[in-house]
Amino acid sequence: MTAAVSAHHAPVRGIRRWLYTTNHKDIGTMYLVFSLAMFFIGGSMALVIRSELFEPGLQMVEPEFFNQMTTMHGLIMVFGAVMPAFVGLANWMIPLMIGAPDMALPRLNNFSFWVLPFAFTMMLSTLLMDGGGPNFGWTFYAPLSTTYAPPSVTYFIFSIHMAGISSILGAINIIVTIMNMRAPGMTYMKMPLFVWTWLITAFLLVAVMPVLAGTVTMMLTDIHFGTSFFSAGGGGDPLLFQHLFWFFGHPEVYIMILPAFGIISQIVPTFSRKPLFGYASMVYATASIALLSFTVWAHHMFLVGLPLAAELFFMYATMLISVPTGVKVFNWVATMFKGSISFETPMLFSIAFIVLFTIGGFSGLMLAIAPADFQYHDTYFVVAHFHYVLVPGAIFSIFAAVYYWLPKWTGHMYSELLGKCHFWCSFIGVNLTFFPMHFVGLAGMPRRVPDYSLQFADFNMISSIGAALFGLSQLIFLVTVVRCVLVGRAAPDSPWEGAQGLEWTVASPAPYHTFSKPPLVE
Amino acid sequence: MTKVVKQTLRLMLISLGMFAFGFALVPLYDVFCDITGLNGKVDLQQSEQTVLVDVDREVTVQLITVANASMPWRFEALQHQVSFHPGEDVKAVFRVQNLTDMKMVGQAIPSVSPAEGARYLHKIQCFCFERQTLEANEVRDMVVFFTVDPELPESIHKLSLSYTLFDMTPVDAVSSR
Amino acid sequence: MLKKGQLVILGGTLLYPVTLFAEWEVNMEAGVTAVSRSIYALHMQIFWICVAIAVVVFGVMFWSIFRYRKSAGAKAKQFHENTLVELAWTIVPVLILVAMAIPATATLTDMYNTDDSEIDVQITGYQWKWQYQYLGEEVSFFSNLSTPMEQISNQQAKGEHYLLEVDEPLVLPVGKKVRFLLTSNDVIHSWWVPALAVKKDAIPGFINETWVNIEEEGIYRGQCTELCGKNHGFMPVVVQAVSEQEFQGWLQDKREAIAAERAAAERVWTMEELYQRGEQAYLKNCAACHQAGGQGVPSIFPALKGNSIVRFDMKKHIDIVLHGRSGTAMPAFSAQMGAVDIAAVITYERNAWGNDTGEMISPQEIQALLNEPR
Repeated sequence: MTAAVSAHHAPVRGIRRWLYTTNHKDIGTMYLVFSLAMFFIGGSMALVIRSELFEPGLQMVEPEFFNQMTTMHGLIMVFGAVMPAFVGLANWMIPLMIGAPDMALPRLNNFSFWVLPFAFTMMLSTLLMDGGGPNFGWTFYAPLSTTYAPPSVTYFIFSIHMAGISSILGAINIIVTIMNMRAPGMTYMKMPLFVWTWLITAFLLVAVMPVLAGTVTMMLTDIHFGTSFFSAGGGGDPLLFQHLFWFFGHPEVYIMILPAFGIISQIVPTFSRKPLFGYASMVYATASIALLSFTVWAHHMFLVGLPLAAELFFMYATMLISVPTGVKVFNWVATMFKGSISFETPMLFSIAFIVLFTIGGFSGLMLAIAPADFQYHDTYFVVAHFHYVLVPGAIFSIFAAVYYWLPKWTGHMYSELLGKCHFWCSFIGVNLTFFPMHFVGLAGMPRRVPDYSLQFADFNMISSIGAALFGLSQLIFLVTVVRCVLVGRAAPDSPWEGAQGLEWTVASPAPYHTFSKPPLVE
Repeated sequence: MTKVVKQTLRLMLISLGMFAFGFALVPLYDVFCDITGLNGKVDLQQSEQTVLVDVDREVTVQLITVANASMPWRFEALQHQVSFHPGEDVKAVFRVQNLTDMKMVGQAIPSVSPAEGARYLHKIQCFCFERQTLEANEVRDMVVFFTVDPELPESIHKLSLSYTLFDMTPVDAVSSR
Repeated sequence: MLKKGQLVILGGTLLYPVTLFAEWEVNMEAGVTAVSRSIYALHMQIFWICVAIAVVVFGVMFWSIFRYRKSAGAKAKQFHENTLVELAWTIVPVLILVAMAIPATATLTDMYNTDDSEIDVQITGYQWKWQYQYLGEEVSFFSNLSTPMEQISNQQAKGEHYLLEVDEPLVLPVGKKVRFLLTSNDVIHSWWVPALAVKKDAIPGFINETWVNIEEEGIYRGQCTELCGKNHGFMPVVVQAVSEQEFQGWLQDKREAIAAERAAAERVWTMEELYQRGEQAYLKNCAACHQAGGQGVPSIFPALKGNSIVRFDMKKHIDIVLHGRSGTAMPAFSAQMGAVDIAAVITYERNAWGNDTGEMISPQEIQALLNEPR
């Protein structure tokens, strides 16, 4: 490897390294740092929401600003934190995992990243504009987001366009890299699962992000150019918006969870010291989840007055998705069965992922039952459900991935003590925050309200305390990562006893250029 | 590298295709609504008259009017409901009055409930086929002729036909107010 | 023994409200209709199925984690496939799902059968209140949040039904099939009463329907559940279920009240009376946007305090209140308020918060404006 490094020039110093870089590791790092910044911004908004909901009555913020907070929190977390984090992990790890020297389209890679800071600066700047930022929820249903929107909605639309372009180009890059840059001998069915799940995710992105772009374009022309796609008066239909949005939105949900499945499928075998159980069925399950995700969008719309036949179709299709998802959970459990398990921080986060994601899966199955959804819909039960799959789901998997690969990235071992401390605080915080939401939701508390009636008070207070705990524990994460970058025990090339895969064959920290000569896979 | 470039371009074409597909979903959705009666959407086109009348049963059509929020027109049905045999032609009259002292344009949007019955309700002639322009303070009686297909499922005895009135006055006319 | 038994009963009676309260807090209500009870049964059924699956899966998992921990010296076996097991855990869930889909389908079909209703109520969502129209009964009214602003802003102790109380509830008879036709005047709202298991979106331009047959008299509370703007959290739904006889009496009273309101528009009102009534009507209909102090919300809802139209242009002021403003959130209040309230609100706005114009407009003048072309 050292020969390969000296063959290339070292990175330039200073800001130009980051502005002009085409190196997958640099770009991966920038994605991850960007995502962490967004995670803290979006998280602060969540804390504003939770402090307003700490007790009944209006204390902290006006309802108008509260709505801007819920909207921005959702948008930032989905498009700014979770998605870029997975793209960052893909950038760092996919070339290392398939034995490629870099991404297939390095300059495009630089462009995809640098669009993002502009997109989100624009989106955040709407908060300071006349009339305030977007206040119509991250799902921005028309006509609340068109006829009744604040003037800043135009900037919101453009920032969604930019974030969308970034995602599409990033996804294209990933697909092309995986299809063309694999080391000799690495057939598709030998690829690590993280690579597989990302390949499928990237196809989902290419398929649905343009639909979202089209949808916001229709909003734009409705607002400024007199069309009426979503206004009934001009012959349009507000429900069309919901169909288009969820045609994008449901696959989007899987875009945020499939790479997480990939990560867990890397980590659980490592710390169980045993190959992944049912590799092939994992691949097929991922592909069938992706395909099914195109047929279930209207389960977000059970209450809009769909005809009975449509309700039944979408109910059955949604229930069906739990089968491949179940297969994945069973496979992970079977991987641990008769293994030799140790509990480093990445494994702890992975085990918590399996348990808490499954709980989110159960509430998802309950929500799939259309008649019951008439009671659950748009209540805190739904909020509990999607936070269970996104926070201890997607975000825990990102934490697990970061701890798992940090030694490779930095050349240092992170502090196991701090890592475990971060895990336990987050684990308790997450459950304290989101579990009581099931109760208030079932008891009748609607979502997106700045104030609530008295019977919901106790559980909301618990949720708010949990949120503060969860939010503050992320500072431990920050400290752990920064410390690991700066100091720490030197990490060997393969710091985990049971780890398999090409990424562990290169030095730690990974040299600036790796696999200039492709490795041979048996 | 040409293979990589080719694949990249192909993927970009696919994403452009999906962008276009998003727009193609708009007419596709209308077709879907026509078939399923989703949303109680009924086509704004004139239908052919049917000949058969099913004298053995009776359906009731409720007439409902809504003036969308900022529409300062009074809008009401002269009778709340009509009962008749499926296949018969029915006439219903709606009275509309412009309460302002300026010329305004309105568009009535029909919707039928239950959705399963929407495609059996045919309009032979309807004021909703075109926009209505009312002079300041003008009162007008607007007429709809419709019929219900005898094929209407036996389980449906009552349909609701609602019209929502939307303000379609050109913007420059409003600002001069 | 007897003493002990009595103690238990006494303790039970004392604890009863507490347990009832706790029950309401952690789970769905079974409700008071056949549909709500079958939804509740479905909910509990799927819940217990999930619990059973969780016990099995997590049981195996935690047992493996404990039994095969490295620290206890476990050596890993290297198997990674078993077709039979994999087939089994694909097929068994499918069978469970089929078992769940059957009752769900039956309940859903029942919920969609809106036919043969005895009473039809049109429910229209407004930013941020509900309008109820009893079709064919000539009765129609708006239902607003009645929790005082002071409670919301924590200046006053919160009442028992904080945020779940309205000035005029929807009154319905028990034991009759009532059909709801839902639509909206502005954005999408959603009308929900948990105890009745009725929730449906109200969509501008379109009509949706659902139904209920309430079995027990009582007051049932719910809320709007679709984000509809600033005051989405402040548009509750209250349904009062009464006997058929009471319902007929209520309808009669309601018709008389509407007639009395018309008569009130005929009589002469003093400035003082109009101002007082105007303050009430303003708080109910206008304060949500323009704020109780008339200061509005910058860039969104214009201030009325010191507003030049309010202070100097009575004709335009009346025109905006009556007919709304196209393309803004200001609705045409001629459709929402009677002549007396409109006259009162305008009089109030022109004299409150230092606008001191000293001008008033009478209900008769408003009535004349509304009737003019006839």
